[in-house]
Amino acid sequence: MFQEMRKYRNLVEELVVRDIKTKYRRSILGVVWSMLNPLLMMFITAMVFSQLFRFEIKNFALYLLTGQIIFTFYSEATNFAMGSILQNSSLIKKVYVPKYLFPFSRVASCGVNLCFTLPAMLAIMIYTGQTISFKILFAVVPLVLLFIFCLGVGMLLSALAVYFRDMFHLYGVALAALNYATPIFYPISIVPQKYIWIMKLNPLYYYLQAFRDVVYSNVIPDMSLMGLCALLAIVALVVGYYCFNKLQNQFILYI
Amino acid sequence: METVVSVKNVSMKFNLMEEKVDTFKEYIVKLLKGKLLFNEFVALNDVSFDIEKGDIIGIVGFNGAGKSTMLKILAGVLEPSCGSVTVKGTIAPLIEVGAGFDPELTARENIFLNGAILGHSRQFLQEHFEEIIDFAELHKFVNVPVKNFSSGMYARLGFAIATVVDADILIVDEVLSVGDYRFQEKCEKRIRDMINKGTTIIIVSHDIGMIERLCNKVLWLDCGVKKDFGETQKICDEYKNCQ
Repeated sequence: MFQEMRKYRNLVEELVVRDIKTKYRRSILGVVWSMLNPLLMMFITAMVFSQLFRFEIKNFALYLLTGQIIFTFYSEATNFAMGSILQNSSLIKKVYVPKYLFPFSRVASCGVNLCFTLPAMLAIMIYTGQTISFKILFAVVPLVLLFIFCLGVGMLLSALAVYFRDMFHLYGVALAALNYATPIFYPISIVPQKYIWIMKLNPLYYYLQAFRDVVYSNVIPDMSLMGLCALLAIVALVVGYYCFNKLQNQFILYI
Repeated sequence: METVVSVKNVSMKFNLMEEKVDTFKEYIVKLLKGKLLFNEFVALNDVSFDIEKGDIIGIVGFNGAGKSTMLKILAGVLEPSCGSVTVKGTIAPLIEVGAGFDPELTARENIFLNGAILGHSRQFLQEHFEEIIDFAELHKFVNVPVKNFSSGMYARLGFAIATVVDADILIVDEVLSVGDYRFQEKCEKRIRDMINKGTTIIIVSHDIGMIERLCNKVLWLDCGVKKDFGETQKICDEYKNCQ
């Protein structure tokens, strides 16, 4: 499998480049949108929520931005990966290519997109006077683990979407629910004690917690939180890969 | 002679569902009604043959005989229901030219994308870029998105990319019927060059004349069954008489 990976490394690169190119083709600002988009979204949400709801959160801009970066990456990567098999059907029918490359390359291109948004986050950190220390480097850990988690979920979804097209509609609703179940724009303290278990069922909660610990609270997240993130990532990857592998030989009959 | 492709007792069965079940609701409703009937359709039935190095195999048969299914199995796109296929060496599939083109990207970008799909490295493609463009005669259109290409240009580009490398085995499915007379000749010449270099070639075509000109062996499939395999002239004559 590793040999195969090496052989097709070039293909993964080309697929990622294609995704990014087609995403920004014919737009004047191009890749700058990757930076601008989360910032503009943050400004709007910040305006709405700081005036309307008045949460007591210090440095609300950064709090919001960290939440949005994590959630947007997850929703984009999984959503984009879900359609990867169906949208590459013409290819899969004609040429042999290891099929897991398609969800993988899509999650990877969202990962590249994520990297473009990080300078925007850094700019906001500097602008709001957030203390930046070497600890910021630890932000990579939750992001990498989240990447693996997305890969697992993306593989599972892309395989399921081949058999049941309903997944596209269903998952849209699921993402909306997940959006509210993740503390992106509200503090965790406003969640009533009896509902906190719902939040703890949400895997994104842990990734966001770890990411915020580093970026927003400037502390290194404790090992149990990191361990949990890693465990979730591995479980997602194993389940996703297993299901994908089981279903992939039949893909061609359904696409 | 060395055997490069060995097909042993390959069968391919498809489930022909009366209607395709695409949604959860339909699936559950049909499951409850016990209506998930699978009409089995046998596209290939117990086909075996060997291809030796340097062979030029033509596959003939009427529509629905299982020719394309056979090619897809050889290319590794389809997994046979039973039986096995062993292939030694690299395969360049030409099942449909331009299968991996992204219409939004330019010819230049598509050469790199499509080349990568066929397993070429970026460096290799850079070295052979001019050769591909030369063969496809697309000098003026290198930076035009391929969605604006005519079907002939599309086919020319696809053929040029797929045949740039000296693969051990080349699979050709009816692709030569696109493009004008001049380009068809050019493709045939290229295939001849590859034959001279010792490439094994598998061709599916309804153009019996071309099969007679190029191939040294012919596989005749009829309704998924191997009807005959061997000498080109003998089988082609039988096939023509059958028509």
